[in-house]
Amino acid sequence: MATVDVRDVVKVYRRQTEEVRVLDGLSLKIPDGAFVALMGPSGSGKTTLLNLIGGVDQPTSGDVSVDGTSIAKMGGAALARWRSTSIGYIFQLYNLIPVLSAQENVELPLLLVSMSGSERKKRAKTALELVGLGDRLGHYPRQLSGGQEQRVAIARAIVSDPKVLLADEPTGDLDRKSAEEVLQLLERLNREFKKTIVMVTHDPHAAERATTRYHLDKGVLSN
Amino acid sequence: MLRLVVVNLFRNPLRTFLTMASVTVALFLYCALGGILDTLQESIKVGSESRLVVRNKISLVQWIPMAYRQRIESVPGVKRVVVQNWFGAQDPADTKGFFAQFAVDDPYYGVYGKDFDIIAASDPLAPVTIPDGADPKLAAYYAEQTACVVGEKLLAKKGWKLGQTITLAGTIFPGSWPFTIRAVYRAKKKSFGDETMFFHYKYLSEKGMGGQEPVGTYVLELNDPSQASAITHAVDSQFENAAPATLTETEQAFQAGFVSMYGNIPFVLRVIGLAIVFSILLIAANTMMTSIRERTSEFGVLKTLGFTDGAVFGMVVAEAAVITLGGGLLGALGARALVSGASMPGGFFPPMSIYWGTVLTGIAIAVVIGAVSGLVPAVQASRLRIVDALRRVE
Repeated sequence: MATVDVRDVVKVYRRQTEEVRVLDGLSLKIPDGAFVALMGPSGSGKTTLLNLIGGVDQPTSGDVSVDGTSIAKMGGAALARWRSTSIGYIFQLYNLIPVLSAQENVELPLLLVSMSGSERKKRAKTALELVGLGDRLGHYPRQLSGGQEQRVAIARAIVSDPKVLLADEPTGDLDRKSAEEVLQLLERLNREFKKTIVMVTHDPHAAERATTRYHLDKGVLSN
Repeated sequence: MLRLVVVNLFRNPLRTFLTMASVTVALFLYCALGGILDTLQESIKVGSESRLVVRNKISLVQWIPMAYRQRIESVPGVKRVVVQNWFGAQDPADTKGFFAQFAVDDPYYGVYGKDFDIIAASDPLAPVTIPDGADPKLAAYYAEQTACVVGEKLLAKKGWKLGQTITLAGTIFPGSWPFTIRAVYRAKKKSFGDETMFFHYKYLSEKGMGGQEPVGTYVLELNDPSQASAITHAVDSQFENAAPATLTETEQAFQAGFVSMYGNIPFVLRVIGLAIVFSILLIAANTMMTSIRERTSEFGVLKTLGFTDGAVFGMVVAEAAVITLGGGLLGALGARALVSGASMPGGFFPPMSIYWGTVLTGIAIAVVIGAVSGLVPAVQASRLRIVDALRRVE
């Protein structure tokens, strides 16, 4: 059964009078528990596709289903609620909140569900321990290395136990060693915790770690 | 969520402090200016509806003759008549520390006996008759022509002592005027004030006016306050064709007329207060918009994590509310704590009052500033599209 089902999706951006057709009738099925790498040149529509799967953006036409839920026409508030429980998002530049500690950053998605403060802290601690940062709970982003920041971001993505993780160039801003640690972590999450992962990357070395690789060019997908 | 609001407030502590301080100062000034209006209003309360004041019809600064007294006393319904003259001298040791002084005749302390307490008095040097209703502790005062009664705040402010002889320099009535403090009073109601000095009219008449007896105002105590209107008419009609004619009105109306001499000043104060508030509104709004603009990508992240537009809107409004309401509370309550009870310049008025209504209006204004200054950035932040906020389109 496909966890992610993208059907005939068209995405058009309007810039003043100009229309840019980023995705043109794209279809993609990602099975449950897959680790998919999306590659392609800049401007090919990789992040746009990731955003559509994550419910961060909506298609001009076509449909996107994740775990059986059609999100293409979902309203703003419902989509936000859906994102908070169903998707974990990992950004290239980590995007941690600088004024919050590592643990507080990881707790953020849990603020959106009914949960006691102590339970929230416990879960955030567990997630940070899972990514190897159990001793950095009180550290602020400025006190962490890039690799550590990205691992905090991964802990934040998994803390609410979503089925799907979306990673947008997760190693793009890291040195080789840190990138390797992050890739190993993603592999582990896929293998041990059965997370379905969709990763956008320019790095062929990173893409090799995925079980399936797609190439996107001018809105058209190929294996 | 509250933690998120709090940490965002301390993200740039100096900016938060300065914005809050600007709101504090603005609301302090607004309430202090409002306090002047409240004090003017309070000064009207000094007057009673059951007492009448008779003055020269042409102007308050024109005298009326002592000869009118007997005719006024003969008007049915008038219980007692008091003579009261503004003195207006200066303390040579403190020429800027002006305070009100009134020359009053003996019945004054009986007529106004319910408005203040004598809290300290010298022992009388000789037996003396105390007028009906006056405090017996005033015996030493009544026994000595140069004696005076001063308010306790005035006594403390000037560092005077009971029994001390002070010398004032006359302005309307030139010369050097020695007085001996024989009693200290404490006002029972704030509006009466504790910073006035009273002394014998006879002393003024004999030393300052060569034995002539022009009168500033007469105060009439009535048997039946409900007859005030008829008595007013009866007094004024007696002197209708005399020179000078009189104008009789309730003490409260007299005070209100006194306040009205300030013309448009209350209006000007209101306009200044609102101008201050409006300028602070713009500053607060600008600060909030700058703060939000700096965090555009963070709002994108929060929304990606599942924060709804409404939650983001609430966070921004809450930040603005904490800054403005916090500043507003500090300013408004600070003004009440610090300005209330201070002396108004001129010596004509009771101590400064800031009504709770003014404080609450100030706090309400702070709430409005918070809402308005937070509203525009909050709407912007809530409408922000995630993809635009993250500024990464591939």
